Amino acid sequence: MADNRADTRVSMRTPLARVKGLGASGHGVEHWWLHRMTAVSNVPLIIAFVIIVAALAASPSYQEAIGIISHPLVAIILILAVISVTNHMRLGMQIVIEDYVHDKGLKIMAVIANNFYAVIIAVACLYAILKVSLGRILV
Amino acid sequence: MAEAKVAPRPLSPHLQIYRWSWTMAMSVVHRITGVALYGGIALFAIWLVALASGPSAFDAVQWFFGSPVGYLILFGYTWILMHHMLGGVRHLVWDFGHGMEAAQRINMARFTLVGSVALTLAIWVVAFIAF
Repeated sequence: MADNRADTRVSMRTPLARVKGLGASGHGVEHWWLHRMTAVSNVPLIIAFVIIVAALAASPSYQEAIGIISHPLVAIILILAVISVTNHMRLGMQIVIEDYVHDKGLKIMAVIANNFYAVIIAVACLYAILKVSLGRILV
Repeated sequence: MAEAKVAPRPLSPHLQIYRWSWTMAMSVVHRITGVALYGGIALFAIWLVALASGPSAFDAVQWFFGSPVGYLILFGYTWILMHHMLGGVRHLVWDFGHGMEAAQRINMARFTLVGSVALTLAIWVVAFIAF
């Protein structure tokens, strides 16, 4: 392998850092890529979500709601939607924070809070879906 | 030692200096709707947790969503969701390198608004008729 740098003695970078090529940020295109990937998965999942919510709105009793959410197909779609949406919103809000919050300490706090919020929403939704639906066989 | 002069850094002009265009307006709305959905998903989490908690918690939450304010929130949320979805599809089209011409950009931006309003009304009409 040819080393094309003008003067290898000048560089402070380790060979590993040079091979990874990620620069000062320490990460590459993952944020952008996961944002697009979850955008694609969001589209069919949100369409299904809207239909499920419309069905729920039409049957407002507790038993009917339990029956809808505990249907395996509904529960699986909702679980997938929660995973996809909470990741997508976490990535999107981080972009907004990085655009508008310039103070470094405040920015780090905001990004941490953003991650916490997304995880809390995801865990709350997933726990509730699983608690309602696990072990419930519709006869 | 000479004092280092801190020259004011040049800033790019902010929103109010530009003449509003369709693409700009829909870009701003896309971000605002994204932030609104970010907060709004908590309502769905509350509804689900109430369902998992039992009938009394569920009835309290269901009463709120069934109230006029609840319906207004759900209707607004539907439009925000549809607008962000169509805006997102627009961004995906751009990511593939299509729709970059001026006329296409403006038409896609207009479609985002018209399409989201149409979809919202369709969802509510269908929901009321079908269910």
